[in-house]
Amino acid sequence: MNPRYLPLLATIAIFILAYALCYSQYPNMLSTRVVGNLLTDNAYLGIAAIGMTFVILTGGIDLSIGSVIAFTGVFIAVLLANTSMHPMSVFALALLISTCFGALMGGIIHTLEMPPFIVTLAGMFLARGMAFVLSTESIPITHDFYDTLQDVFFRVPGKGRLTLIGIIMIVTVIIGVVLAHRTRFGSYVYALGGGLPAAKLMGVPVARTTVCVYALSGFMAGLSGIVFSMYTSAGYSLAAVGVELDAIAAVVIGGTLLTGGSGFMIGTLIGVLIMGLIQTYIIFDGTLSSWWTKIVIGGLLFTFILLQRGLVWVTSRARI
Amino acid sequence: MMNRLHPALRRILPQLITLVVVLGCNVLVFPDFFKIEMANGRLYGSIIDILNRGAPVALLAIGMTLVIATKGIDLSVGAVMAICGAVAAAAVAGGSDVATAVVLALCAGIACGLWNGFLVAVLNIQPIVATLILMVAGRGVAQLITEGVILTFTNEGLIFLGSGSLMALPMPFLIWLGFGVLTAILVRKTALGLLIEAVGINLRASTLSGVRGNVLIVAVYAISGLCAATAGIIVAADIKGADANNAGLWLELDAILAVVIGGTSLLGGRFTLAGSLIGAMIIQSINTGILLSGFPPEFNLIIKAFIILVILIIQSPIVQSVLFAMRMPPDLSNDDAEPVEGGSARDRDASVQKEGMAP
Repeated sequence: MNPRYLPLLATIAIFILAYALCYSQYPNMLSTRVVGNLLTDNAYLGIAAIGMTFVILTGGIDLSIGSVIAFTGVFIAVLLANTSMHPMSVFALALLISTCFGALMGGIIHTLEMPPFIVTLAGMFLARGMAFVLSTESIPITHDFYDTLQDVFFRVPGKGRLTLIGIIMIVTVIIGVVLAHRTRFGSYVYALGGGLPAAKLMGVPVARTTVCVYALSGFMAGLSGIVFSMYTSAGYSLAAVGVELDAIAAVVIGGTLLTGGSGFMIGTLIGVLIMGLIQTYIIFDGTLSSWWTKIVIGGLLFTFILLQRGLVWVTSRARI
Repeated sequence: MMNRLHPALRRILPQLITLVVVLGCNVLVFPDFFKIEMANGRLYGSIIDILNRGAPVALLAIGMTLVIATKGIDLSVGAVMAICGAVAAAAVAGGSDVATAVVLALCAGIACGLWNGFLVAVLNIQPIVATLILMVAGRGVAQLITEGVILTFTNEGLIFLGSGSLMALPMPFLIWLGFGVLTAILVRKTALGLLIEAVGINLRASTLSGVRGNVLIVAVYAISGLCAATAGIIVAADIKGADANNAGLWLELDAILAVVIGGTSLLGGRFTLAGSLIGAMIIQSINTGILLSGFPPEFNLIIKAFIILVILIIQSPIVQSVLFAMRMPPDLSNDDAEPVEGGSARDRDASVQKEGMAP
């Protein structure tokens, strides 16, 4: 078997095992209602993590997404409260801004040849600062269109609800899978992560791909911000602090190599679901504190990084 | 005139000029900026406040400089601060004296640093990822120690470390200054600093030439943990309580920024401790200046973002090579010299940074 699939299989195995463990204690865990909520509650994280997966596949990192989510939320809330613009046009504007923001960062990373880490750190400060400048208070969103959107859901057997934002996340994942594994852009992304000199020699348009990847990540962060504003019905400049770390953790738990070049979109979805599952379990249990989530995620991160190191070691030994 | 300056001073000249410019801007918006008065046996004033409030970032920057010099990065320092503050608070709340509490907290910090160093040096994990683990899990651990509450304490000795004063100067300032001087002597009066730079430039080559690179890497992460522990104790002592959620939140980014402003490259190699400390003071001066000017503090982050951008542009290989070509005497221009390293590269930054950051 191709060792590339091992991290993904490990992720899936851990997810099934964890779910089985939860199910054995709380049989309600498998009800469609819990599954539906799992998708709804983690929709914004899932969407942001898909964008992050592309960035990490190229060997980069995007620290700005949490701030961009907050900025998008505040931006939407401020525009809806102060103008009579229709939410759909506000969404379009927000997505345009976040995409351009990502593209700008990608451009800087490529032209200045600086580490993505520090460039996106500046982006993180900038986006959070812009959100603060727009408003430091939490602005509620009260718009009929929002109520309509929040009422859109499919009833699944067993009283479960598949909400609109859950559907948006699933569609995003599907688009991400197609984009990564079935298009030329996807191959470029993997090639870039595999090694810059090799990618250049193969004729990969490095500049265009780098800019596109960060623009895509910005777009996903903007979309995630829209979903987050639907989820919370408010825009708050201090919201979504640290989401970038959760997204990175989900990507790593999903089996994507942080050095780039290897990983699967579907793994990221499962990584997000594992993190959501831990939270759901803690809520079901009731006696555990929520900070256990962080510790368990840290432990999982460690396990997966070790697993990846082991795999790299094994495959490099096999080649010699 | 420039050449007569001590080389060490010449290297940090751009940072000093930036600091003077920032302080000058502060005087413009707040005329009483340099006023220092004596009250209750200690000095008060904006300058003293900057030296005092900048202590956590300055301490973190010391450890971070060494880590970055080995081509690493330590994202976990903020979480380590929270852990160590919690350990110190829990120790005094449990009835032990100040010395025990401080020693316990410092040991916790060193242990965290050793863990990071182990992951980076022994397991060969990328530094960003290796320290990310503790960054994510660390606050959870701190919460476990404080049991989810803000653990307050009334121990005079511990509070003294955060808000007391000695010889009319605030304790946090004396602590970071002492720490900085000690570290500087340790790395600059021995070969240690040179070896750290060698490891940062090329780990493999330096290992082959007999440097025990892995031991050095573990050591710098341990020092970073120690610095974070000290900063954590100061922050906890300052607010008389350990707040696991907010102690040191995002300070790792400020510390990295201080190091980068200080002129140490994120790509490893040559480092300057004095530059990083001045960088920390520049950041704090900007923070204080924004507060004093009555500008909403919201602009703080935007200004920081632009400063990073300006520094990135100055440090970028393209700008560096253009500047290098301009500065090069014609007879040397086809020489194969390193554009980034070397003393002449440093004073080149001076003129650029002065122009770039003056507004």
